[in-house]
Amino acid sequence: MTTFEKIQEIIVDQLDKEESEVQRSTNFREELEADSLDLFQIINDIEDEFDIKIESEEGLSTVEDLVKYVETQTEA
Amino acid sequence: MERVVVTGMGAVTPLGNSAEEFWNGLKNGKNGIGPLTKFDGEAIDVHVAGEVKEFEAKKVMDRKLAKRMDPFSQYGVAAALEAMKDSQIDIEAIDPTRLGVMVGSGIGGLNAMQSQIIKMHEKGLDRVAPFFVPMAIGNMVAGNISIATGAKGPNLSIVTACASGNNSIGEAYRTIKHGYADMMLAGGSEASINEIGMSGFAALTALSNNKDPNAASTPFDKNRHGFVMGEGAGVLMLESLTSALKRKAKIYGEIVGYGATGDSFHMTAPSPDGSGAARAMKLAMEEADIQPEDVGYINAHGTSTPANDSSETAAIKAAMGEVAANKVAVSSTKSMTGHLLGGAGAIEAIAAVKALQEGILPPTINHVTADPDCDLDYIANEPREKNILYALNNSLGFGGHNAVTCFKKWEGQ
Repeated sequence: MTTFEKIQEIIVDQLDKEESEVQRSTNFREELEADSLDLFQIINDIEDEFDIKIESEEGLSTVEDLVKYVETQTEA
Repeated sequence: MERVVVTGMGAVTPLGNSAEEFWNGLKNGKNGIGPLTKFDGEAIDVHVAGEVKEFEAKKVMDRKLAKRMDPFSQYGVAAALEAMKDSQIDIEAIDPTRLGVMVGSGIGGLNAMQSQIIKMHEKGLDRVAPFFVPMAIGNMVAGNISIATGAKGPNLSIVTACASGNNSIGEAYRTIKHGYADMMLAGGSEASINEIGMSGFAALTALSNNKDPNAASTPFDKNRHGFVMGEGAGVLMLESLTSALKRKAKIYGEIVGYGATGDSFHMTAPSPDGSGAARAMKLAMEEADIQPEDVGYINAHGTSTPANDSSETAAIKAAMGEVAANKVAVSSTKSMTGHLLGGAGAIEAIAAVKALQEGILPPTINHVTADPDCDLDYIANEPREKNILYALNNSLGFGGHNAVTCFKKWEGQ
C-alpha cells in the first residue's frame, strides 16, 4: 500500500466517504466537511499508522499535503 | 400540575434490539443470557453475560455520528430514536425547546476509557485519541440523543450506578409534572461488558461464576451467588397528558409516583433491613396516592446477589406491611437479561408498563430453590396472566441510591 492509499483509507473510514471522493487534490476541510474533531482524529490515526508526530495541522488542507508531510517525516 | 403518560418506548437489550422484541422475550420467559463472547473471562472465572446481539449502530443512526460514539452512547441513541419514532412526535411540528432528555449511565464510555488508557501506556501520553473525552464522558449519551433527535429542552444525565435509569425516569416525570417540559426522553444506557468492567465487578465478588447460562442469574433463589453482567439501553417518551391528548397520541400507561432516597450506610452493600429502599417505595406510593394493596406487581431490582435479594425482600415487607407484601406479585426480569446497571431501571420500566397494558406479568426464571429470607411471590419460572392497576419499579444502586417509580394502567381519562 502506498502512503496515499493508507491516508485515503484513514480519511474514508473517519469521514464515512467513498474512496472516489478522497483524491490527492481533495481539501478535506472544505470538500469533505471534516470538523475540528475529525481533523484531530485523522492526524492521530496517521501518527499511529506511520509512527510519526505531526506537530501542527497548519498548512495541511489537502490529501496531498498530508502525503507529502508523511513522506518527509518517514524519509528522514 | 400536569399528569404524565408514556407515549413511546425504545430498547436495546440481550433479548432483542427493540422494545417489542424485549417484551416478547420477557413475557415468554426467554433467557437472553449466553456465553461471554467479547473476551475470555476465564482468569476471573466469569463465563456468561447478557450481551446485545446483532446490533449495528450505523443502520439506525447517522453513520458518522455512530462512529463518534462509545457503545453506551450508541445503545442509548438507538433506544431514543425508537422511542421518538414510536411516539410519532415530529420534531418539526413541535417547539423543540419543550422536548428534553434525561438519560443516564452507571459508568459511561468504559470501552473508550479502557482502549485509550492502554494506548497511552503503550504509545505515550501524546497519542491519546481526540475522541477519547467525547466518547468517554458519561453525559454524552444524553448529548448525543439531543443531537440525533433535535431535542432542545432540559438535557441531563443522572449517575446513580444501578439506579441511574430509574432516577432519570423519575426526575423526567417531575420535570414534566412541574411544567418545565412537555415531553422528555428518559432512561438509561450501559456498555460495560469488557475486561475492566467485568474484572472490577468480579473483584467485588459481585458476579456469578456459573458456566450455565440457565443457572447463572437466579434472583431470590437460595443458591444465588452473584449477578450476570448485561448491557443495553431503554428510553421512554414521557409526555404531559395535555400534550398527548392534544395530538391524539397512543398512550401505553401513566407514571404516577416516584421516590428517591439514600441509604447512608455502605458504599456497595444495601442496608440489611432494606429501610432506604422501603422509604423510596413508600414515597412513590404516597405520590401516586395509593395504598400498598393497590400495587399488583413489583419489578424488583432482584440482582441475584445474596445481599440484594434478601434486603429487597425485607424492604418490600417494610414498605407494604406483611399482608400486602404477601399478596403482591414480584419478579426480577434480570433473570432473563442480566444486570444492565444504568440501563436496568429503564428497560424494567418498559416491562412494568407493558405488564400493566397487556395484563401479563413477566416471570423470574431459573427459580429452583426457595430461600427462607426471600419468601414472597416471585412469579417463579412461568409468566402469569393477571390484570393489575398499579406497578412499582425498583432500582437500587451502589452508593445507597434508591429509586422507585410507580406506573398506572391506562384506561382512558
